[in-house]
Amino acid sequence: MAYALQQLVNGITLGMIYGLIAVGYTMVYGIIGMINFAHGDVFMVGAFVGIIVLTALTGVTSVPMGILAALLLSAGVCALYGFSIERVAYRPLRGSFRLAPLISAIGMSILLENYVQTSQGALERAIPVTVPGGIQLMNENGFVVQLSWMQIAIVVVTLVTLAIFTYIVTKTPLGRSMRAVEQDAKMAALLGIDTNRTISYTFIIGSALAAVAGVMFLLYYGVIDFYIGFNAGIKAFTAAVLGGIGSLPGAVLGGLLIGLIEAFWSGYATVAYKDVAVYSILAIVLMFMPTGLLGRNDVEKV
Amino acid sequence: MKKYLFCTAATLALGLAVAAAPAQAQTKIGVAGPLTGSNAAFGVQLKVGADQAIADINAKGGVLGKKLVEIVQDDACDPKQAVTAANQLVSDGVVMVDGHFCSASSIPASKVYTDNGILEISPGSTNPNYTDDGSAFTFRTCGRDDQQGKVAADYIAKHFKGAKIAVLDDNSTYGKGIADQVRMNLKKLGIPDAYDTSYTAGDKDYSALISRLKQQGITLVYIGGYYADSGLIMRQGAAQGYTPQYFSEDAAVTSALWQVAGPSAEGMLMTFPPPAETGSAAATVVAELKAKNIDPSGYVLYSYATIQAWAEAAKKAHSTKPALVAKELKAGGPWPTVLGPIKFDAKGDVVNAAYAIYKWHDGNYSVFAMN
Repeated sequence: MAYALQQLVNGITLGMIYGLIAVGYTMVYGIIGMINFAHGDVFMVGAFVGIIVLTALTGVTSVPMGILAALLLSAGVCALYGFSIERVAYRPLRGSFRLAPLISAIGMSILLENYVQTSQGALERAIPVTVPGGIQLMNENGFVVQLSWMQIAIVVVTLVTLAIFTYIVTKTPLGRSMRAVEQDAKMAALLGIDTNRTISYTFIIGSALAAVAGVMFLLYYGVIDFYIGFNAGIKAFTAAVLGGIGSLPGAVLGGLLIGLIEAFWSGYATVAYKDVAVYSILAIVLMFMPTGLLGRNDVEKV
Repeated sequence: MKKYLFCTAATLALGLAVAAAPAQAQTKIGVAGPLTGSNAAFGVQLKVGADQAIADINAKGGVLGKKLVEIVQDDACDPKQAVTAANQLVSDGVVMVDGHFCSASSIPASKVYTDNGILEISPGSTNPNYTDDGSAFTFRTCGRDDQQGKVAADYIAKHFKGAKIAVLDDNSTYGKGIADQVRMNLKKLGIPDAYDTSYTAGDKDYSALISRLKQQGITLVYIGGYYADSGLIMRQGAAQGYTPQYFSEDAAVTSALWQVAGPSAEGMLMTFPPPAETGSAAATVVAELKAKNIDPSGYVLYSYATIQAWAEAAKKAHSTKPALVAKELKAGGPWPTVLGPIKFDAKGDVVNAAYAIYKWHDGNYSVFAMN
């Protein structure tokens, strides 16, 4: 029982990290129907800005202030990245065939990885444990179930972000223009919506979100390298597809499912084949629900 | 316009690369290892060792009157990239390669070097298959995992009686190879390992694995894998309040491990050849490296010795032709190196390679027990 509870804690934390990254994927897809493969690498840049800020502020300010500064600065820098990536790599290709921006996204991803590798070095960068401790949930015959403060923070941050973004998309004027652009960009433009600006905002918000995820990842695991965006990006993308790409709660739900599958498969079956389990379940779900768990069918435009 | 600019830039870059090729009579030496990727710490060790060896040899007039030129290739410990790097070095016209580091790179690359008649001397690939399936051109200056695995298993059997043992590996050629050697040797000694599994190298979340080890009451965890992963396993173990005895191997011998793991690596044991940096043969080189603020531990001196042994053999053979040097390396010797005298057997392995047990303490590792 205690063991299952610990695996549940492990799974939820991992799932929430995937979900946090997946929200950014799904948002961009929801607005312009394009998979932004560079999202994982913006996440990685966010983690690197975070580590630079935290290292610079060590001893200068208190830990909570340092974390806050890291989150804000990282979000700011990544928002700039997001804006420029869209401006340089995607906007010129808008209106060309569908695969073109996908390829330039992959190019952007490689560019960011190599840029960080040359500017920050190829070695792992690590910070000491920033937020130590937690609570003991249960003690069963000496098996102590640990729930760390960081794990709680990750769940809270993911849920709060999800709430904020759902609010932005459904309730604000910006959200309304986003949905309008998604439904029909040309018509939206005719009705006076600045589509370019709306798409830019989407990228700015999505990238700031990736930065938050990057800093949370850094604080939780403590170790980052220029390659983290790739693995995390693939898993988050899978989470977005599983949950129904384009759906914000779906992204978090998908992430949560993947995290739980990984934890419980590792816990009760074999550690070595956890990814096989994840992708098998993804395949089965897509067979029966081609749009994912919470995705909705697009009405084919004629 | 942007497109044309890019094309021009690309053409210019190509032109520069061609123009940079030297025209003088020089001997080209290849250095190949993981300069990027999760094993980059070892690639750096390899390269600084080679840099220093080449600088020292050139300061004394080079080999057979020709200066040595270093050509570096990055393989990122990736088998495919290793083959590309090997082909690149072949077309660059190197006569020998100091490398590769990871067994998963050295083995596929050795086919390329053998086909082209180029010497490959690895300072760090310990998987037995590297020389067992190698050719007349395949050498190494480090030990073998069947030696290393036996030393680890013997030590565990002797000093951790009654421990509940788990043997993990990262599913890489090297990691699985050494872990299997440990498993086999433990079995021979009549010690059952309670739990065996592979994890995925490059994973960041090991919490589920740790909970499992914790639940099974494992008290000794042997990790066959590289430092980036084993460091994270220890760090996340500490976060769950799980602190068994950790035991690893030569892929943990870098200060980068402590950077990742922090205090959770305290007391971790690992197998590595006896320290070379304290030996008298290495004194001057170690002083030079330290003056440049380079840590001489780990594989730095192995990389240095690789080029040194080759240079000595080439002088003796009066040629840098790989086939002649290869023959001389095996027939002659022992070759004086910074590691002390080295002699190669018929397979290209070092005769009498030894392993010692090291222990991490407070951010540094040192010899804990000689076998």
